[in-house]
Amino acid sequence: MTDFLLKTSHLSKTFGSLLATDRVNFEVREGETHAVIGPNGAGKTTFIKQISGELRPDAGTIHFAGEDITTLPAPRRSRKGLARSFQITSIYRDFSALDNVALAVQAHAGHSFRFWRPAREDLSLTRPARQVLEKVDLEKRADILAANLAHGEQRQLEIAMALATQPRLLLLDEPVAGMGTEESQRMIELLATLKGEKTMVLVEHDMDAVFTLADRISVLVYGRIIATGTPAQIRANPQVRAAYLGEDA
Amino acid sequence: MAFSPRTWILLALLLLLAAVPPVADYFGQPFYLDLLRRVMIFAIAAVSLNLILGYGGMVSFGHAAYLGIGAYAVGILAHYGINNGWLQWSLAIVASALVAAAIGSISARTSGIYFIMITLAFTQMLYYLGISLEEYGGDDGMQLKVRSQFSGLIDLNDASAFYYLVLAILAAFLYLSRRLVNSRFGLVLQAARSNEARTRAIGFSPYPYRLAAFIISGAMCGVAGALLVNHTAYLTPEFMNWTRSGELMFMVILGGIATTSGPLLGAAALLLLEDVLQGWSVLPKWLHEHWQLYLGVILVLVVLFARRGLASLLPGNEHHD
Ligand SMILES: Nc1ncnc2c1ncn2[C@@H]1O[C@H](COP(=O)(O)OP(=O)(O)OP(=O)(O)O)[C@@H](O)[C@H]1O
Ligand SMILES: [Mg+2]
Repeated sequence: MTDFLLKTSHLSKTFGSLLATDRVNFEVREGETHAVIGPNGAGKTTFIKQISGELRPDAGTIHFAGEDITTLPAPRRSRKGLARSFQITSIYRDFSALDNVALAVQAHAGHSFRFWRPAREDLSLTRPARQVLEKVDLEKRADILAANLAHGEQRQLEIAMALATQPRLLLLDEPVAGMGTEESQRMIELLATLKGEKTMVLVEHDMDAVFTLADRISVLVYGRIIATGTPAQIRANPQVRAAYLGEDA
Repeated sequence: MAFSPRTWILLALLLLLAAVPPVADYFGQPFYLDLLRRVMIFAIAAVSLNLILGYGGMVSFGHAAYLGIGAYAVGILAHYGINNGWLQWSLAIVASALVAAAIGSISARTSGIYFIMITLAFTQMLYYLGISLEEYGGDDGMQLKVRSQFSGLIDLNDASAFYYLVLAILAAFLYLSRRLVNSRFGLVLQAARSNEARTRAIGFSPYPYRLAAFIISGAMCGVAGALLVNHTAYLTPEFMNWTRSGELMFMVILGGIATTSGPLLGAAALLLLEDVLQGWSVLPKWLHEHWQLYLGVILVLVVLFARRGLASLLPGNEHHD
């Protein structure tokens, strides 16, 4: 039980007649980077949303750190150590980069019914926030409005926000999506520095990223996991080659 | 402390307002005192609305409810011979907060059009309640025979003393809301407006913060209601008319949402324009007769040319000192 940081059992979700998640059993070991790959519309984002708490599954359970979190709302899951980045960049565009990260720190620093002291002068928020910005190489951009950051920087900022909550598990939904080669290379390097230090679930189409980073890979097709294994095993799996990797493999 | 240019302008505006009573007195124009007092009372209400509409992204189309509750709290106590202002105003604040808590507990769970409809519906309910209260004058309303009394500390019958009280409360509320907005609480409120999914994902439940903001805002507007009934020495359910709520919204948007000085600029622009067009007898009669139309045209122009509100015409940008 304790080997697994995250475990879903028979997780199912339908949209009308569409089976978006089909009895998924999925396990993430403490410390591993577990990639989830699959064609467009396979149900990867839907699956991540159920883990993060944005979507309630129709059936099945989710255990995190030995605790049943199936019905826990998203903010509570975050406070238990689940953090995520979104497929479509989700940041506070009208706040500075530092504000973005400081808010994530603040969310995990007790309640925020504090009405008087200026939060931006609160070193207990800004200091850790700056440290995280440094980690993702954005410290020089701290005071820039998030909307004015380059696309790649915004994605780094999202990772920073996730890290600032000091998560036990990072859920990354296509962190390299829409990036140029140079940007995506930088992101892969960043994620490589986190590898081992953080447990990660990595949803990604970019095979470069997947095969560089993943310890294990699960393949999701039509809402079902058709294979799980090491990168070598997945590469060699004929079913996977047929269903997904095609000539890429 | 380094003030931004906008803060300096706001301070200058407040100083200017403070200079009005002696000047109006010198020129024998007490009317302006009355007009500006009214502007400031509505500015206070707009400041309170800006807190939830501007910073919280909660489009309350029922904010006049708290003007009404504040006014009725004072009026009803006075009706029974209780003229103690401390008591009256405390009731105005507490009653407004309670009603805001009730309305907010439902509306703050929703967003967009539902939020608008719920806040509007509740305020309409209160409006009809006011009309049905025959004891308090029904739809005619009732007079406030004696203004709130503050143990001889301040006499609201003294036009200039009352004026300075309103100005002091306005300044205090501006400062208060500024602190609030930049506190941890204020940042969560703005974060939830900016990106709710992200806010939940990093670990905040927006609901309790939104509800708290809604209550604070309602209580602040209750004070404006208590001031308003003392200002007009009269109260009617019309205080809670939906058009009133619309006017308050318009002031906030016209002035510039989520800016410190916006509510004051918006209230001043709307009410002064209204007054100028309506009452300036130097204007030719044809202009006079259709003043509402011209008001509408001017407002459309302002909104078109200062899309982010009047505050956006000020130098610098809205920033946290
Ligand atoms: N809220 C929803 N309501 C109805 N259908 C939905 C909803 N969300 C997703 N779907 C459908 O469920 C299926 C899975 O979508 P999902 O976004 O999870 O796929 P994905 O694997 O993340 O795809 P991509 O690689 O393009 O991001 C798709 O067919 C999608 O159209
Ligand atoms: Mg997806």
